[in-house]
Amino acid sequence: MRGDWARFTDTFLNAKVMHKYLPDILSGVVVTIELAFLIVVTGIAAGLALALLRSLAIRPLNWLIVVIVDLFRSLPPLVVIVLIYFGLPSVGLSPSGFVSTWLSLAFVLMAFSEEIFWAGITSVDRGQWEAARSTGLSFGQTLMSVVLPQAFRLTIPPLTNRTIAITKGTALGTVVAVTEILGQASSAMSNSYNPSPLIMGAAAYLVLFFPVVVAARWVETKFAWKR
Amino acid sequence: MNRPIVDARGLHKHFGSLHVLKGVDLTVAERELVFVIGPSGSGKSTLLRCLNRLEEPSSGSVVVDGIDMLDPRTDINHARQRIGMVFQSFNLYPHMTALGNVTLALRKVAGKSRAQAEALGRAALERVGLADRAGHTPGQLSGGQQQRVAIARSIALEPRVMLFDEPTSALDPELVGSVLEVMRSLRESGMTMIVVSHEMGFARNAADRVVFMDEGAIVEAGPPAAIFESPAHERTRTFIGQIQRH
Repeated sequence: MRGDWARFTDTFLNAKVMHKYLPDILSGVVVTIELAFLIVVTGIAAGLALALLRSLAIRPLNWLIVVIVDLFRSLPPLVVIVLIYFGLPSVGLSPSGFVSTWLSLAFVLMAFSEEIFWAGITSVDRGQWEAARSTGLSFGQTLMSVVLPQAFRLTIPPLTNRTIAITKGTALGTVVAVTEILGQASSAMSNSYNPSPLIMGAAAYLVLFFPVVVAARWVETKFAWKR
Repeated sequence: MNRPIVDARGLHKHFGSLHVLKGVDLTVAERELVFVIGPSGSGKSTLLRCLNRLEEPSSGSVVVDGIDMLDPRTDINHARQRIGMVFQSFNLYPHMTALGNVTLALRKVAGKSRAQAEALGRAALERVGLADRAGHTPGQLSGGQQQRVAIARSIALEPRVMLFDEPTSALDPELVGSVLEVMRSLRESGMTMIVVSHEMGFARNAADRVVFMDEGAIVEAGPPAAIFESPAHERTRTFIGQIQRH
């Protein structure tokens, strides 16, 4: 029994291996943080921009937005990454694995967040628009001061869920040689013939995303107001 | 008769195949209180909403305080400040306090500083008897108080005319009085008002003129006593009979 346990720790929690590959995992954490930050900021900003454009109700533009959004919502993120990384060089662009992963996941987050923002904007009662416009506020002022604050409150829960889900997709960057957490962990695993680095990788994801999940909860309660 | 504040002529409105307004003329003089009554679907609300162009008339003309509301060169946002509107469902901004609701347009449209806007906003809340509720959000106010905040939001902009679209229809009966009280004091201050409502008692003793609409047209108009006691048209008589039975 004791022998089993020793074999288990030696395999999965090997201190020597862990110590050796800790710097690699940490550098992977930095890459994951950089990627995640870029994806969240650009993806959500682009999604909001598309939702605002869509609210202008210019029909051909809206069709275009809907097509783009539905495209990126249907494609698996890995397919988008591979298309950009292996496809773009044929038209003379050769984005790095990092840039390919960033762009792909940002596009996917843009698509989902556009839909979420749009749902939020359209769920605000028509009467809010009418009241604001009747006092002389312009379309843009009404959108910014009256509609968006109410829409944001409704979008926070689905948006944080989706953001977390897509940001975890940074692990897909391994496929195109991005040295993020999973990439570092799996190369450490093949170099050491020991899966302990994978456990470290999992721990690193937990340390990274658990606070995000908790922060999301806090933001949700902060954005709630009494009806 | 003073010069008209509101001068609407030949208003038509189509919603698809529905012909909601069929050539309505409405002229309202300064300081006049006009009551618009009629069965639901008669076009009363649509008429009101055409006056500040929340609804685009299909044809006709609307001039408010000398401004051609339908002229594409008219700055509609500027013009709308002169036309207050109060809605059946209050439509207060739920994420703002009462004072925030009242000061938003003062700051964004009338270009007042925060301090000026808040002073004007508090004065407007005072006029509707809610000075002590400035920091409350709509969710913390009763329906009657919410509607009075909505009235304050409009009068803070010092409009030339106020439009009321069934202001008491969504209120519990015991809260109606406080809103009518505010409307009465507005009237006494000389505000020009167009009111779509079924508050016949209020119409009787506050209105200068009652306009009866049916099927998208004005059937008849006159002083409240004439319309309520001796209507000229059968349709008016039937409608008033139905209303007064309740």
